[in-house]
Amino acid sequence: MKKIFLTAAGFAMLCRLNTYAQIASAKINKKAFNIYQPISNGDSTGYQTKPLRLDEVNLVSSYYWQDGNHSAVTGGIGTEHVTDLSNGINLKFVWTGPGQHKNTLDAGLGFDNHTSASQAFINKSGASRTDGNRIYPSLDWTSENEKKGTSFGLGSYVSSEYNYNSFGADLHFSLKTANKMGEFGAKFQGYFDQVRLIYPSEFIPTSTIVTTGGTTVITTASGRTSTLSSGGGSENRKENIPFSPRHTYSGSFSYSQIINPRLQVMFLADLVKQDGYLGLPFHRVYFNTGKDTIERLPSTRFKLPVGFRANYFLGDSFIIRAYYRYYTDDWGIHSNTANLEIPIKISPFFSVAPFYRYYGQTAAKYFAPYEAHATTDAYYTSNYEYAQFNSNFFGAGIRLAPPKGVLGWQNLHELEVRYGHYQQTTGLVSNVISLSLGFK
Amino acid sequence: MIKYFLKLSMILLVCSLATACVQVREYQKNKLNDAEMALANRKVEKNELNFQSYREGASGANAGKTGGGCGCN
Repeated sequence: MKKIFLTAAGFAMLCRLNTYAQIASAKINKKAFNIYQPISNGDSTGYQTKPLRLDEVNLVSSYYWQDGNHSAVTGGIGTEHVTDLSNGINLKFVWTGPGQHKNTLDAGLGFDNHTSASQAFINKSGASRTDGNRIYPSLDWTSENEKKGTSFGLGSYVSSEYNYNSFGADLHFSLKTANKMGEFGAKFQGYFDQVRLIYPSEFIPTSTIVTTGGTTVITTASGRTSTLSSGGGSENRKENIPFSPRHTYSGSFSYSQIINPRLQVMFLADLVKQDGYLGLPFHRVYFNTGKDTIERLPSTRFKLPVGFRANYFLGDSFIIRAYYRYYTDDWGIHSNTANLEIPIKISPFFSVAPFYRYYGQTAAKYFAPYEAHATTDAYYTSNYEYAQFNSNFFGAGIRLAPPKGVLGWQNLHELEVRYGHYQQTTGLVSNVISLSLGFK
Repeated sequence: MIKYFLKLSMILLVCSLATACVQVREYQKNKLNDAEMALANRKVEKNELNFQSYREGASGANAGKTGGGCGCN
């Protein structure tokens, strides 16, 4: 009920934003939302400055649900039932300043609500909470010089949930070739995360108890503190669980090229370095002796994914969207991903797009299933994310973008709905249904 | 054998693309400018990419997350 209410409230808020397309219409005669007022409406080159206006609003909602039997919380066995309702809104502002620079400001806000059956077993009795929320605002500014074919921008990102906080920042730029047929892009990004050290209940160390005056402070060996204060018959309880840092630094590079009037391609490569606490503290591992412990992974990781995209317009009704990625890292995972999507244009404004994605990976050096690790292993995990498996993901989407607006509503210029079914050879099965609405 | 075949295919593909480029004028870009021809993920795919980065060991090279920002890899 709460999920339906939140979705309906978000949609109602969006409808009240009153954004308008730049089209000639007797009805749409309101002045656009305007913060920045230029001193002059023109410069010496003949190009005009344009004030800040809300250009586009996008709303994306998804519902995801999965089942499996290899939860990392219970050491590679046990339920993996998860549901996740995700809602996100993006506001895109544009303005043209002096010097013909087109500026774009993209402000986003996302909110997820999830339930995870295995999360209950962080406490061995199965009494832990099974639900949680995540909120993640973002802000990105890009300045583009259309004459020179260059752009430069800065971005920032925050994510907050009970057991994980993150702050990210990036710097990005792009440069078009002289004939405007190719474009090089680069993005440098850093994430500075904090993992809350929530251990399985059997690993919370023995406490020390110190009582001073009317206050009792209980401190565990891991640093978890509880303060119990009594006064006038009431009691206050405050918990402070420590965090451990995780840093991610990445450089993303791309080059896109127009081959002919129907074909364009793109090459992508990322260099990623991570350090800090790279596991999760509530993941159990059972040794071959039957004794359990907490997942232990190296404190550094280097990743190298390289990808290739090719989009081809076949005839007047078919588009072939192809993608391939090879990935390797120093934990021993090598993987191949291939994706093919074929949008079929039923009309210029309505298309149906079936898709198929194949993914295969080798196991990480540190993975072993339930009760397979030896106590002499330096690193160990039973998280099936690091197991050897293949997966298939298939489904279809529809896209509506009529010139007079979806269902005759001029502001709603685009609607997309997409469903996908995902199967792993580990037994994990999931489904995801998404809705995207674009307003102008 | 399959690896050599894949490498050879990639080299041939890159060479053929490099030599196949023709100058495309603005008025010839109506197909390339179609929204579904964009060399990017669809907006509606955003949460699919998120769950894949949680459930799979690999990430990146898709204009999505490469790690960090969430409890995923």
